[in-house]
Amino acid sequence: MIGTKKLAGDSALTTQSKMKRDYYAGALMMLIGLGAAVEGSSYHIGTLVRMGPGFFPVALGVILILLGLMIAGTAFASTEGGDERFLPGNPQWFGWLCLIGGPVLFIILGVYAGMIPAIFACVFVCALGDKTSTLKGALIMSAGVTVFGVLLFSYLLGVPLPLLRGITP
Amino acid sequence: MIETALQNLWFGFGVALEPHNLMYCFLGVLVGNLVGVLPGMGPVATISILLPLTFGMKPVAAILMLAGVYYGAQYGGAICSILLNLPTHPPHAVTCLDGFPLTKQGKGGTALGITVIASFMGASFGITEMIFLAPFLVKVALEFGPAEVCSLMLVGLLAGSTLAKGSPLKGVAMTVLGLLIGIVGTDIETGTTRFTFGILELDDGVEIVTLALGLFGIAEFMNSMNQTAAVDTKYSNVRFRDMFPSWADLKLAFFPMVRGTLLGSMCALIPGTGPTIASFVSYATEKKISKTPERFGHGAIEGVACPEASTHSSVQGDFIPTMSLGIPGDVTMALLLGALIIQGIVPGPQLISQHPDIFWGLIASFWIGNILLVILNVPMIGLWVKLLSIPYRYLYPSAMFFICIGVYAANNDMFQVGETVAIGIFGYVLLRLDFHPAPILLGFVLGPRFEENFRRAMLISRGDLKVFIERPISAAFLAICVFLIAGQVYIWLRKPKLAVDQKALV
Repeated sequence: MIGTKKLAGDSALTTQSKMKRDYYAGALMMLIGLGAAVEGSSYHIGTLVRMGPGFFPVALGVILILLGLMIAGTAFASTEGGDERFLPGNPQWFGWLCLIGGPVLFIILGVYAGMIPAIFACVFVCALGDKTSTLKGALIMSAGVTVFGVLLFSYLLGVPLPLLRGITP
Repeated sequence: MIETALQNLWFGFGVALEPHNLMYCFLGVLVGNLVGVLPGMGPVATISILLPLTFGMKPVAAILMLAGVYYGAQYGGAICSILLNLPTHPPHAVTCLDGFPLTKQGKGGTALGITVIASFMGASFGITEMIFLAPFLVKVALEFGPAEVCSLMLVGLLAGSTLAKGSPLKGVAMTVLGLLIGIVGTDIETGTTRFTFGILELDDGVEIVTLALGLFGIAEFMNSMNQTAAVDTKYSNVRFRDMFPSWADLKLAFFPMVRGTLLGSMCALIPGTGPTIASFVSYATEKKISKTPERFGHGAIEGVACPEASTHSSVQGDFIPTMSLGIPGDVTMALLLGALIIQGIVPGPQLISQHPDIFWGLIASFWIGNILLVILNVPMIGLWVKLLSIPYRYLYPSAMFFICIGVYAANNDMFQVGETVAIGIFGYVLLRLDFHPAPILLGFVLGPRFEENFRRAMLISRGDLKVFIERPISAAFLAICVFLIAGQVYIWLRKPKLAVDQKALV
């Protein structure tokens, strides 16, 4: 149901706007290329015979700038319509937050609390991001994955992350 | 020549049938089949997730398992596309066209049965192709100097980025970005740290695990978050005994299978044209030469047989340039090559002679794996069909946990988990700007070797760039590059007409 809604939104957009997103795309590539070329030129460039460490980065950076120009240029020349907005039709801010929050919690809890809380929090928070998930379902699944994860990674594969900091030696 | 090949193959079976290796091969195809069936998980993401787990394994076992995931997923993907009309894996998009109408007519079981036969036939031919062609390619490639290697890599990079999906220009941009990411870290020749911005953890460069899991794990999940439609399993109760096709169906499907197999094996040899293109080309060909083209799209069994055969022969053939030349044709091959590099094995033409156990063991495991897949898929079809209804909400949180702990376990380093998250967010931005991140990995894997060979070629020729066109083999490779670029420009200029053609084709 969500899928069809999204498709309908996209097709409505294609008819009314020009390919503005490709300008952003070209600009991003030019920006990265410029950064690489500038940073690369601070290393020793050398000559073609004896290339320094800066030669390749600068060359690639320049190529990327040109490619960025071409991407934006072809978008300008094209008469086709395209999706104008950068964000999708139905941005999932909460979902994305959960998806990113999970690994971030994993890092923090992994460093300060140990493997068990890290796994549990990571799975639980990620699971909350889905619209169809329930609190109970997420809790049960996180518990299950935690047990499985501890068995597999701690006991079977011997990953050196203490299960609970301060309790296990 | 046949005798030595058989001898080597015998040796390979010895390696692949070692209990330890056999177990990992089985695990690989099992996991592959599983993710192939599950809507919302692809083989690339799965191989990335399993990659850190292979660090502690022996190289042979690691590569057998990861390869098994790749071709196993092709079997599973067919189930998903035929029964649910969900082409979760691009090569099976064409299979949907006739597979799902067949399912609606109650012939889904027959379609699946034909698929298994076609897959096995295609795969077997692809493997045979690899046995004879790879050693031959190696003989040629061993004569290559740095200039030839450079030009060949350029062909691989260009083909991989321009022939893949999406805009070719953006594909090339992604390849260059991948080359740049490959530069991060300490320069081997001079010891200068490049693009580390003072972060000590980046001195060893970006790990392939963090890059792959960021781009194909986190970014993909961000993209599909709350976007997957509910799965409709109305038609998908298929039983074991439905799977045996009638003689009439088999007769109808036999020659399409043969043609699909041959087309697929040819597509495999052109770098960049993986199984997806092979399946499209073979479907179009089959429709064109059919006496009853109007049946296509309404449940023609040929329309299932030929793309599946060509997908599988192309999937196996994909390994040829990867294993014999060290040039990956697509992102999956780049990941496998990355797995080998992590194990300390240098990819390239010397691989077969230096590590015959890997090469011949892998080939033998293909056959074992394909037989295992037939066994897994035919009697157990009911189980796989049940798996189709596992909701996405259980899938991605578990995958996220695997990503986190996998990246951590790779080097016992939490910094890299953060790196993965950052790459994931960046990857999502790229996806939203219509970039396909797959060529990044291609550039990343080939980058360091490309730079090294380019430097060496320049040192030998005393800075004379003409060396690339003066040496005949290198000049031939460069000619292919020019041809690839010219072809893209031609397509771009004629775009409106071609787009119409493509619509007519599908």
